[in-house]
Amino acid sequence: MSDYSAWDWGVGSRTVADLTECDCDVEWREENQASPDGEQVGAVVKTGEGEFSVCVNGSCWEPRYERIWYLRYSPDGRLAGLANDQGDWTMCVDGEQWEESFGFLFNTMFSKDGSVIACCVADSMTYGMVVDGVAWENLYANANNFHLSADGKKSAAVVQTIPLGQAEVFKFKDGIFSVAVDGEAWDVNFVNAWSPRFSADNSSVAAQVRLNLFDYTIVVDGKPWNAIFNQVWEPLFHPKSKSVVAPVRLSGKWGMAQDGKVIWQPSFFQTWQQQFSPSGDKLAAIVCPEYGRWTLAVDGKPWNTTFGDMVMDMTFSPDGKRLAALGKQDGKWTVFADDKPWGGQYDMCFAPVFSPDSKHVAARVEKKGKFTIAVDGKDYGQGFDQCFDPTFSPDGSKVLIRAIADGKYMRIVEPVAKIIG
Amino acid sequence: MKERVWIKDEGIERGAEKLTPERIEKTINQVLDNEAGSRLKAYVETCAHCGLCSEACHFYLSRDRDPRFSPVGKVKQTIWEMLDKKGKVSTEFMKQAVQVAQTECNMCRRCVQYCPFGIDIAYMMSLVRRISHKLEITPLYIQDTAHSHSATMNQMWVKDDEWIDALHWQEDEMREELPNARIPLEKEGAEIMYSVIGPEPKFRTQLIYQAAAIMNEAGMDWTMPATPGWDNSDMAMYTGDSEMMGRLKRLHFETAARLRVKKIVMGECGHAFRSVYDTGNRVLGWRMPPIPVVHALEFYWDLLNEGKIKVAKLFEEPVTFHDPCNVVRGRGLHEKAREVVRAFCPNFIEMTPNREHNYCCAAGGGVINCGPPFKNSRVESNRVKAEQLQATGVKVCIAPCHNCHGGLEDIIHKYKLDMQLKFLGEIIYDCMEKPNAV
Repeated sequence: MSDYSAWDWGVGSRTVADLTECDCDVEWREENQASPDGEQVGAVVKTGEGEFSVCVNGSCWEPRYERIWYLRYSPDGRLAGLANDQGDWTMCVDGEQWEESFGFLFNTMFSKDGSVIACCVADSMTYGMVVDGVAWENLYANANNFHLSADGKKSAAVVQTIPLGQAEVFKFKDGIFSVAVDGEAWDVNFVNAWSPRFSADNSSVAAQVRLNLFDYTIVVDGKPWNAIFNQVWEPLFHPKSKSVVAPVRLSGKWGMAQDGKVIWQPSFFQTWQQQFSPSGDKLAAIVCPEYGRWTLAVDGKPWNTTFGDMVMDMTFSPDGKRLAALGKQDGKWTVFADDKPWGGQYDMCFAPVFSPDSKHVAARVEKKGKFTIAVDGKDYGQGFDQCFDPTFSPDGSKVLIRAIADGKYMRIVEPVAKIIG
Repeated sequence: MKERVWIKDEGIERGAEKLTPERIEKTINQVLDNEAGSRLKAYVETCAHCGLCSEACHFYLSRDRDPRFSPVGKVKQTIWEMLDKKGKVSTEFMKQAVQVAQTECNMCRRCVQYCPFGIDIAYMMSLVRRISHKLEITPLYIQDTAHSHSATMNQMWVKDDEWIDALHWQEDEMREELPNARIPLEKEGAEIMYSVIGPEPKFRTQLIYQAAAIMNEAGMDWTMPATPGWDNSDMAMYTGDSEMMGRLKRLHFETAARLRVKKIVMGECGHAFRSVYDTGNRVLGWRMPPIPVVHALEFYWDLLNEGKIKVAKLFEEPVTFHDPCNVVRGRGLHEKAREVVRAFCPNFIEMTPNREHNYCCAAGGGVINCGPPFKNSRVESNRVKAEQLQATGVKVCIAPCHNCHGGLEDIIHKYKLDMQLKFLGEIIYDCMEKPNAV
């Protein structure tokens, strides 16, 4: 992520771009993307017959393509789109394309700081990953569940290592899938593998595996846990060690296991999307303690606030002391933090964001077709046609609002105190 | 009575080679004791053996009222015997039980309506399938489909790029007719996520085109995912692999949640609706779908009633309408479907019986997915459907379900019916106003 202390944190509102203006002919403009610092707004534009480009703050990229899609800003503020010209695919970043072109590119991924841009490649019926324009040396007959490490230095995927013909169910059951790290597959196969994840230092990879049609476990660097479960979900490494946790199901109920040993007794109807606090001293997950009711559990203990429809986007505060998520009840969403729901109910909420000092929670919200942001349960006074996720200033006293209204893209910095009253 | 024919299937035969009496007994009792519970007990203790379910079953009716093909007969040849013998049944018995439960019952639930107690025989057949899955004696072709689900998260071994490529291709095709039309991929915050089943990008891309054209001309705010999770289908539900069913449905709903859509609109598929609306969501702990799911039939009705699509021309040829089990018995969409059909097709002829009493296509419940070994038996087992179709005297049948299409196509061919099948979306696409078309 770019040094956001250097962003313009001066309180006030300014129009960054008029979305109706572009220095090239535009037949139509697609979905707008805002840069993390709020200084740019970009979108794919159709510039002519079978011809597309990208317009950023009223200026068109020079290259023209037959198709550009999945336009996204990286956390460091670069704008990347997957682009195709005469059957050759490339990644175009701020108007500059990768040197090499490929058969097909999809699923752009960024490192946490945005310095690395990667995506998936399909070339001549083989599959793998491309990291900063360089493809894996080994590509596979099939690959999926692609994953990039947080620092972008390592990539992994589930890969098919053995060919399979039509309806070869017994060969399938012998195991034809493995995990490849930077294109190198483990020397062991499984019936299925899913969701490879890296340890904090990138030295280890864990994944879910199915050993036969009914026995599930977690595998770390090719070695399965000794324990077998009815089901498992995505593994997660402890942020400071090589320890791995994963939700596991035994006798029809879900709990949590660490390195193969049950640490939360299976008592939930569901457990998933676990997260460690930043220091690793707490483990939380989304749980279903009573059939049809959803909440969060911290270290195995469920909260009291439950929702009937859905709970998602659990987020720890930077100091690890607070936890927030979205809850949905009777079709309406809200944010709940520290086991208390906000008063407001929304047609849609987006992932909650904590301030760096952990004091405030903000979220993008939608009500009756208008978007805005809310902080600590208080809506910002103005509604917009579109709005992006809020960002707190480094000291947590201000919030950056990136929004579109009446065809204009605006950048607003507002004191938190003014919003929450 | 005709001699009972037991069909050889490689999946069942090779799987059965590894069975032992101990494994069979242990597996049956594990499933019955730990997974069936009070529901099965209530059914078994309530059934009065009256046989009223028999007349409801297209297998029974098509097989000259052979009691072995009646719903209660299927129970008697499978789960009752397992209960009665406390799991001490032979390998040969299990092989036959798989054929009965997996290929001679569509789990269409027509019989539930005729049972004085409302006993759900489909549920008991699903338990037999669960046991078969645990014993690894599932028919070959549907097992292969379940493997596809596990490895690719879709039904047809469609690779991640092939899905996206199919959508790009259909978007390009559509622009020949509707120059400004889009299939918006990964549009966060769209009102609708449109999801389909595996065969659409593989074999029936024209349906994606038609749906996209309808979305564009109706001015909908919609998107489709560019990741796995796009496929709403679920043959794991029908092989008894409920763990895989949960995995598939979690991905489907989390994909919609990631895109922040208000609802999922799904194409004309019946079994997928059952999976997202009834079984798959519930196995995960959701009482109802966490994001509302709207079947295509209901969606068309909404569009028509809200004036978002308008009739430009009528489909004058006489048509009939086949009610798919999973969206009619399972969701009650029969009247809404008829309103849409009548809006476009003035010469609508009901088949009899109809609505929630309609006969199943004999393809559903994963039966058609058991593949070639069972095809002749399946078609023979739905003569009654052929007679029902023929009695309408029409040459066009609207069947808003993929499996129904497959099943009815086979019946039409076998019984030499002069009839063409259509999805409802095809007719809407052909006959609606398209102000943006060139």
